Amino acid sequence: MSCDQCRDREAVIHLTQIVNEQVTTLHLCERCAAEKGVESPSAGTKTPLVGFLAEMGKDLPDTTTTPRSTETCLRCGGSLQDFRESGRLGCPECYRSFEVPLRDLLRRLHGSTHHVGERYADREGAPADAGGQTAELREQLRLAVETENFELAAELRDRLRVVE
Amino acid sequence: MIDLSLLTDGGVGWLDASGPSSHLVLSTRIRLARNLAGRVFQGRSSETEREDILSVVERVARESVLLRRATKFRLDRLERTERQLLHERHLVSKELAGLDADGRVRSGASLLVQDRIGVMLNEEDHLRIQGLHSGFALDATYAEVDRLDSELGQRLAFAFHPEFGYLTSCPTNVGTGLRASVLIHLPGLVLTKEISKVLQGLAQVGLTFRGLYGEGSEVVGNFFQLSNQTTLGSSEHELLDHLGKMVRQVMDYEEQARQVLLRDAPAIIEDKVWRAYGLLRYARALSFEEAMNLLSGVRLGVGVNLISDVAMYTLNKLLVYTQPAHLAVAEGVAPTDADLPIRRARFVRKVLESEVGRRG
Repeated sequence: MSCDQCRDREAVIHLTQIVNEQVTTLHLCERCAAEKGVESPSAGTKTPLVGFLAEMGKDLPDTTTTPRSTETCLRCGGSLQDFRESGRLGCPECYRSFEVPLRDLLRRLHGSTHHVGERYADREGAPADAGGQTAELREQLRLAVETENFELAAELRDRLRVVE
Repeated sequence: MIDLSLLTDGGVGWLDASGPSSHLVLSTRIRLARNLAGRVFQGRSSETEREDILSVVERVARESVLLRRATKFRLDRLERTERQLLHERHLVSKELAGLDADGRVRSGASLLVQDRIGVMLNEEDHLRIQGLHSGFALDATYAEVDRLDSELGQRLAFAFHPEFGYLTSCPTNVGTGLRASVLIHLPGLVLTKEISKVLQGLAQVGLTFRGLYGEGSEVVGNFFQLSNQTTLGSSEHELLDHLGKMVRQVMDYEEQARQVLLRDAPAIIEDKVWRAYGLLRYARALSFEEAMNLLSGVRLGVGVNLISDVAMYTLNKLLVYTQPAHLAVAEGVAPTDADLPIRRARFVRKVLESEVGRRG
């Protein structure tokens, strides 16, 4: 299928638009799509992430004051910059290495940071550390109130209630 | 060429239109994203690590009940047409099949499949446990996927965080790792121009829509894949309940739209569906897109009882078997063959003729 715009190159991007309740599909080649400001489908699927990623960590205090948000992941060597570029994390440990900015991102993506679904007891059968979790939640709640992040504070308070 | 006849129903059991609400819903798919603890995610993994993941998971799968007899496909060792074939059967994602813009298959990219469930390996996550059912069957599909997840999880160490849940390569999948998609046919809403309102409404309640082939695919033939957007903060059952409620509502809207069309414009609708049928029955060349749109018209005709001599199952089969790789394989030509539209039209004619003949 050739591009609707230049009628020359092969259309690789198929854009379904809804304008005035009319569903239309534009078939574009990569170049014409770029001119129209349309991202390729694979990039398009990351769109909700792109804005968040660009902003990620910017409004954080100096990372040196938040010890859990190191620059690179100690396990895989991936950096926040790598994540911003690819939209993919390097390893499970990245979730600890970049916990602070990720928590913020997860809240914006999912409206929550707390998994309430099925829990996976690892093979050693070690249950999640409920005591440690409570202490961590209390600390986060204190910080949230201090920084007047009341939305987060409310969520943390609810979660504390559940844990306790 | 790979032998898909080894699979139960050739891996297209989901097409048989036997499931609930099959006149509107083609299929229900659920996948769970899982990664092995202590290993880097796919983006940073080496070829050796991916091979290792494949052998570890395959060994465990062979010990499981649900994947003991699984057929294994190594996508990285298949020709492009074969990979496309698996993708057209909805058995693998575009990414795993290496059909993205760069057209490269990752080493170790594999599929284990047995009946209606399977695992994609070395996709964006180490494991994508998936289930595919005919019709609108969220609970039945989840029950199977959940069972396979438990079976594999007993023998494999999954990456799990006490607060964030199952850890995934992309944070959009973290938590439950669950994405449920319902493939639904909505010609009534498109014809009454209500579709944009419905889709906007779905976006507001945290659902998203895609085309026939999932992420990044376009909407063709009025087929929409409705799925949950978020994966964290709600339990698996809450996510499925919510999606299920919304899909039922969309189905109601679609039925209403069809009633409105039949009441207010019966002649136009009748003409539209029979015209679509006539073209499929007698056209001498059909592009993929045209075939999809005509099949949509006939499907609507069957749904509102205007056409009675075609089975939903036949329409579902045509939907898959008229796609480029399927057609090319059946005809023994390349998917880029210039005569493909002619071959497609001939194939459709033959199927419809035998259907009418069979039904007397």
